[in-house]
Amino acid sequence: MSGLVSYLVFFLILAAIYGVVSLGLNLQWGYTGLFNIGVAGFFAVGAYTYAILASPVTSGHLGGFNVPIPLSMVAAMLVTGVAALVIGFPTLRLRDDYLAIATIGIAFSIQLVAMNTQWLTGGTQGIYNIPQPLANVFKSNFEYNVFFLAMVLLILFVVYIALERMVHSPWGRVLMAIREDETAASSVGKNAFSYRLQSFVIGSMIMGLGGALYACFIKYISPQDFQPVLTFQIWAMLIIGGSGNNRGAVLGALLVWMLWSGSGTLVQAILPASLQVKGGAFQIILIGLVLMLTLIFKPRGILGNRRAIIPRAKQAP
Amino acid sequence: MIGQYLADGIVLGSTIALGAIGLTLTYNILNFANFAHGSLLSWGAYFGLVFVMAFSGVQGGTFGSLSFGWPFIVALIGAAVLTSGLALLVDWLVFRPLRRSNIQVALVFASFGASLLLRNFIVVFFGPEPRYYSNSIQMAKEILPGVRMTADQIFVVVLAAVLVVVLHLFLTRTKLGKAMRATADNLALAQVTGINVQGVVRWTWVVGASLAAVAGMFFGLTVQVLPEMGFNLVLPLFAAAILGGIGSVYGAVLGGLVIGIAQDVSVMFISPAYKPAVAFVIMIVVLLVRPTGILGEKK
Repeated sequence: MSGLVSYLVFFLILAAIYGVVSLGLNLQWGYTGLFNIGVAGFFAVGAYTYAILASPVTSGHLGGFNVPIPLSMVAAMLVTGVAALVIGFPTLRLRDDYLAIATIGIAFSIQLVAMNTQWLTGGTQGIYNIPQPLANVFKSNFEYNVFFLAMVLLILFVVYIALERMVHSPWGRVLMAIREDETAASSVGKNAFSYRLQSFVIGSMIMGLGGALYACFIKYISPQDFQPVLTFQIWAMLIIGGSGNNRGAVLGALLVWMLWSGSGTLVQAILPASLQVKGGAFQIILIGLVLMLTLIFKPRGILGNRRAIIPRAKQAP
Repeated sequence: MIGQYLADGIVLGSTIALGAIGLTLTYNILNFANFAHGSLLSWGAYFGLVFVMAFSGVQGGTFGSLSFGWPFIVALIGAAVLTSGLALLVDWLVFRPLRRSNIQVALVFASFGASLLLRNFIVVFFGPEPRYYSNSIQMAKEILPGVRMTADQIFVVVLAAVLVVVLHLFLTRTKLGKAMRATADNLALAQVTGINVQGVVRWTWVVGASLAAVAGMFFGLTVQVLPEMGFNLVLPLFAAAILGGIGSVYGAVLGGLVIGIAQDVSVMFISPAYKPAVAFVIMIVVLLVRPTGILGEKK
């Protein structure tokens, strides 16, 4: 029984972290229509920045700055924001497809850098012993995880409230106007490019925060954690939960993470040992099928109540 | 030294060029960036592997100093046919319903999802380890002073050039090819003039997927067959298509060669580990300086 409860706590912590990332993507895609498929890259920048800054002196990679944990989190967001600025500036004027290609390119490049800069990131070995807040205060691992869950839920709540206020402010209404009809928004004097860039940078910073929380909770990161599959999971969360709705983004994170962990357990239980290595492939195929079906039959997701998807200009056959 | 990198770059560039043609055709005629195109390359390579394995018993020797014989040629054709079928199936199951519902970005995202699915089906069916069409070791011969190439590499470059010429003749001389160009230029006008747009869409997939299959087998022949090969090639493919001017078939060929050569020549200046990122950097520079690409006209 206690095993189940402690698993539930572990499960919810990760669900909440993915909820944060999903909220960041929702600002970009759900509210602004920015097609970012490099989520894993921004998540990685946040995770590595946090890990490098907060870690004590270690051999094998850059570190030893011992920056206080809250400051490291903020720095992780800032560095991710700069990365988003660099990638958004040349590409946000172009068609959505170009942003998609550029963001997947940056995610790919970040992973290459993480794998090959031993001095900075520890290369494929990754970074160990990433510090956690108040790590010595709690007696048992379980108690600590309960505390961590409360902390992550609080952060998720703060991000949620902040985003709700932002998207319901005049600023957020401009984003949605640009999403629905850029020409109309421009004709009333709104600089669409500037708003897009703001949304892209803020959304990416939230993804960076998610990455920092992940590194902080798992205590170990390596380039393996930032595969395109992560981007795919976050997108599945947002689309299934309902883009253009912050509650949908969080709900989707919970549901897809449940589906992912559940299918992982199932794969372990029913597949013969010889097929276990392929278990991950089966999980991705399952999520992919659910996602495809959602896109085809319920493109707005469970809670997506707004018209969150821009109709194309040129109609193809 | 540079001559050798140029030669290697032309081999890789031929592969990228053939893949980029399919990408540029689907972008132009179906109007979306198809991220699953890389996975069609992988599937082409694996379909080819199935044929090569099936014929392993009836090995009729090899052509001259090439590492393969007739079975490989049969495999090229078989892989092109099966990959075309796969592309049509994916179009029918996924892209066609989304085209109907008029959601452009969902189409791009669905292709991203489809690419991951297709790659993972490869892992399920064939396993994650690298494969080869032939275990024989090829000797590279000196074809120019300081430039060594294997017979297989020369075959890849020559066949790629032949296929580009055939494609050129197809697009300029046949009725179907002209219909495809007309549809790409102006969909509404093409419909009014009585072009069967559905047929054009199907043939776009067939041409794109066949070239992707050949490109995949070229990569398998000169490098190796790996489930993630197509996913890793997607960025160079997009870079080539964008560099050439998206929608332009000749631009895609030129872009493919430039990207391939740039990747291999870059090894002289940077660590080979960053070779795949070269395509991305070139692409960003092109987007900044000339978003329509070298030969592109459309925005």
